[in-house]
Amino acid sequence: MGRFHRHDDGTVHSHDHSHDHSHHHEHGHEPGQHTHDLQVQHEYLEAHEVDPELLGDHSSYETGRQRIAVLEDIYAENDRKAAANRAAFDAAHVTCVNLMSSPGAGKTALLEATLAALGQDVRIGIVEGDIETPLDAERLRPGAAQVSLLNTGHGFGGECHLDAPMVAHALEGLDLEGLDLVMIENVGNLVCPAEFEVGEHVKAMITSLTEGEDKPLKYPVMFRSVEVIVINKMDLAPYLDVDMELLRRNIAQVNPTAKVIELSARTGEGMDTWLEWLRERLAA
Amino acid sequence: MGGISPPLPAALGSFGLTWALTAARVAAVHELSIARQLAGVVSRAASGRRVLAVQVRVGHLRQVVPDSLASAWSFTVSGTALEGAELELEEVAVLLACRACGTTAAPPAPLVFDCAVCGSSDTSVAAGEELAVVSIDVG
Repeated sequence: MGRFHRHDDGTVHSHDHSHDHSHHHEHGHEPGQHTHDLQVQHEYLEAHEVDPELLGDHSSYETGRQRIAVLEDIYAENDRKAAANRAAFDAAHVTCVNLMSSPGAGKTALLEATLAALGQDVRIGIVEGDIETPLDAERLRPGAAQVSLLNTGHGFGGECHLDAPMVAHALEGLDLEGLDLVMIENVGNLVCPAEFEVGEHVKAMITSLTEGEDKPLKYPVMFRSVEVIVINKMDLAPYLDVDMELLRRNIAQVNPTAKVIELSARTGEGMDTWLEWLRERLAA
Repeated sequence: MGGISPPLPAALGSFGLTWALTAARVAAVHELSIARQLAGVVSRAASGRRVLAVQVRVGHLRQVVPDSLASAWSFTVSGTALEGAELELEEVAVLLACRACGTTAAPPAPLVFDCAVCGSSDTSVAAGEELAVVSIDVG
């Protein structure tokens, strides 16, 4: 594996791995469980101890430059907050589903149909991620026990996903003790939401017939992150040239263990399978 | 990222905002959210010291476009204490561990998760999902 360094001018080069510089091994570190007092002045290239394969030869750097080992997943802080959210759900015996899809695939429609079918028996809370408007929250309010709306457009541009701190904030607006199930409607996007744990027990996604058979191969991170893949808008099948076998094969290629459910949130066709799966998750 | 030349002005005027919207919504929405997570990790690790470079390990399954991440990083740290810190990417190729035959090998083709040795689909990803700050250079 080469070590690629990318520079501002766009050039990339790789270093070889000479390790002829001197080391000073005061601190023993186990790879993977690296804690350090940041006030300690670590020796130059002391991070070399963590994994000799990681570091290139930087011996030409100016004096005073120090390398500090970090070895932290960039989502570590988010994941800690996600774990706290999950603990709050568990304490209240609430099951949490994170529902993701591209814009317009039918997240709100599926939630509406779910609320209509289960809302009498199951106390359902909705966390609604929407960049600017309360429109979806208004659609869902009739059947839901509680709705917490998160408008993510407060910074510039708006968030393209929900993260664990945002969901923690949304949970302040829900009384979990009064709920059995929380459905999180993520921001419509097939990329970023797949990266952020929010404290859910299970991730589900919708792909709709109008999106094309190639989407599992174009967004494998999303398709691989979920336990359930709903294929929505099956009522449109007679009007489209969708190769269902190819779509299912592409899903199976990137996520062979996913449960695939074909349905139409509009007509209700296939909803039973989805509702049965939800009830099983609630009982688990 | 043609036509975009970071670093950008820290105070977003209408031009800056337009750029931000373009970058966020079209070109680098994924990389921008990654850059912001990265900046958080680096800031905490640096404890106020000047950061010269950041070594990041990126697995090939994370769908990161290196040029987009470089631009998103420049944009994210512009006008902050991390401005000027260089991002150095270490790419990690995909390896699949096969439960059927016990071997760990590269996939037979990109986005194929079957074992290249025995063809079983009972595999797990042994490498290629990394997205971590390995170390930082301060000075």
